[in-house]
Amino acid sequence: MNVLVLAEHDGQHLNPITLHAITAAQFWQSPVHVLVAGNALDSLVDSLSDIIGVAKVIKAEASHLATPLAEDIANLIVSISTDYQVILAAHSSFSRNALPRVAALLDVAMISDALEIKADQTYVRSIYAGNILTHIQSQDTQQILTVHSSHYIAASTHGGKAQISSATVPAAFHKTRWISTKHAQSDRPALNSAKVVVSGGRSLGSAENFEQILSPLASKLNAAIGATRAAVDAGYAPNDFQVGQTGIVVAPELYIAVGISGAVQHTYGMKDSRIVVAINQDPDAPIFQVADYGLVADLFTAIPAITAAIQ
Amino acid sequence: MKILVAVKRVVDYNVKVRINADASDVATDGVKMGINPFDENAIEAALQLKEQGKASEIIAVSLGTNANQDVLRHALAMGADRAILVETDSKLQPLAVAKLLQAIVAQEQPSLILLGKQAIDDDAGQTGQMLAALLDYPQATFASHLQLENNELLVTREVDGGTETLALNLPAVVTADLRLNDPRFVKLPNLMMARKKQITTLNAAELVVDTASRLTLIKVAEPEARKAGMMVTSVEQLLRQLRDHEGINL
Ligand SMILES: Cc1cc2nc3c(=O)[nH]c(=O)nc-3n(C[C@H](O)[C@H](O)[C@H](O)COP(=O)(O)OP(=O)(O)OC[C@H]3O[C@@H](n4cnc5c(N)ncnc54)[C@H](O)[C@@H]3O)c2cc1C
Ligand SMILES: Nc1ncnc2c1ncn2[C@@H]1O[C@H](COP(=O)(O)O)[C@@H](O)[C@H]1O
Repeated sequence: MNVLVLAEHDGQHLNPITLHAITAAQFWQSPVHVLVAGNALDSLVDSLSDIIGVAKVIKAEASHLATPLAEDIANLIVSISTDYQVILAAHSSFSRNALPRVAALLDVAMISDALEIKADQTYVRSIYAGNILTHIQSQDTQQILTVHSSHYIAASTHGGKAQISSATVPAAFHKTRWISTKHAQSDRPALNSAKVVVSGGRSLGSAENFEQILSPLASKLNAAIGATRAAVDAGYAPNDFQVGQTGIVVAPELYIAVGISGAVQHTYGMKDSRIVVAINQDPDAPIFQVADYGLVADLFTAIPAITAAIQ
Repeated sequence: MKILVAVKRVVDYNVKVRINADASDVATDGVKMGINPFDENAIEAALQLKEQGKASEIIAVSLGTNANQDVLRHALAMGADRAILVETDSKLQPLAVAKLLQAIVAQEQPSLILLGKQAIDDDAGQTGQMLAALLDYPQATFASHLQLENNELLVTREVDGGTETLALNLPAVVTADLRLNDPRFVKLPNLMMARKKQITTLNAAELVVDTASRLTLIKVAEPEARKAGMMVTSVEQLLRQLRDHEGINL
């Protein structure tokens, strides 16, 4: 039996989280196949076949897959599912949308955001916004899961030589119509793969401050900018900046939390960062409990000072 | 048009949960419970559709023990018309919840089913998609905007790095993001009025659905806390630490 990894991409580039999923897939010591669904995929398929640890790349091309719906991805996976003991993907809005649908169609329970894969179909995952870890054992013969990509290293992108095959794509699901996709335009690195993240909270006080205080620092550090839900709700930062239980989970080398209280819903999204720096004027702010370095200071003076002091 | 809203009873989001003495499960006895926050957004979305004259009836449904009456009362007080409690003592996993909801959908024939995008206890985020699959309905998860126009539902979804807009034929399944709306507060008179509204109780066993758990809980643990770090007293000290001790090139 084989392991199937669902690739995530934007039509041109593979989303690097897929490389982490490919590493996780090696656990079963079975051939790893990567399913890539889209339209006009030739260059992507070439780069996928070059990844170490991939035995086969399955290309599923159809015009309606250019902007894939969960319904179509699910039907596609189900159509090839009998060959697979395990179907997995990196945990993301794309996989969270499609894989539960696959699981229900196959009558399999799904494991979301596995932190660890263990023997005997056992997995470790977190519940209650990361406050509790559970060890769960699946009783199903087929395993469907998403994995927490930061817990797995990326597979090497050169030196593999996977076979390439094509899947027959099931007819399009006609009850849902894709209308549009808006991607936030930014010159900064993507939040979920940036090496450095500078995040701001409600205390920034306005969208102007958020930009004026955090941007120069982020630019100097080539960092992505993140935000708390409170900052997003107040309109200081766009939705897709939100780090946390309901936002993005990040695990950069360096996370700088600026004027953030440290609610569990927020720390869920950043506590895997290698180094956490917190700047907050309240010495009792819970963020200091998860910070490697804490500085009690007014952010409006501390951040410009830090920015000025780095090259 | 009928709307069915699924509401889960969960530990209040302000509570820091602990594990029980033998690490077999989370300790929930005597802990403050409430409606799953995302499900409040789902109810609010249904109420807004009704206020726009686009929905005629809102039915809240919750699966669990008799204690779930409280979250249903909350839904009724917000403005749902009636409620269904599917009683069971088993710990339901998302697939089982989806199957029970499918049975309720078969009875009630709603045109729209709203759920939360995830339950803040299990953080699974699966039930809506599973229900849509079982029903072969269109789905829109993580909805941040919803508009019903000519029998088609336009939904904007929060996706990594942006948003996506879909048009769904009805009947459809939508899961609510916190961004969808600001749920209204429940006022005391509404709570009193909600007492008069009807909660129908069904036994999960009557619905002949396979609710056996497929995932066995082996143990729970509290995650290793991040090691307490150090407090620095100046920007200079902070940068020195990062450069000299963490090898960060600043
Ligand atoms: C179901 C649910 C899901 C949620 N999901 C998320 C999520 O994904 N992500 C998320 O972030 N939140 C989430 N939240 C919200 C979360 O509970 C907190 O409310 C939020 O993270 C608080 O944001 P904040 O730290 O910006 O604001 P606050 O809690 O208001 O903290 C502001 C901090 O700034 C400090 N401060 C003020 N002025 C200054 C200054 N001049 N200099 C330095 N420090 C200053 C204060 O001391 C305080 O600690 C969720 C909540 C719920 C109920
Ligand atoms: N026991 C339940 N009763 C009613 N609705 C539920 C139940 N469990 C899950 N749901 C619904 O499914 C959503 C997602 O839950 P989950 O897939 O467990 O994260 C919740 O926000 C609810 O709308």
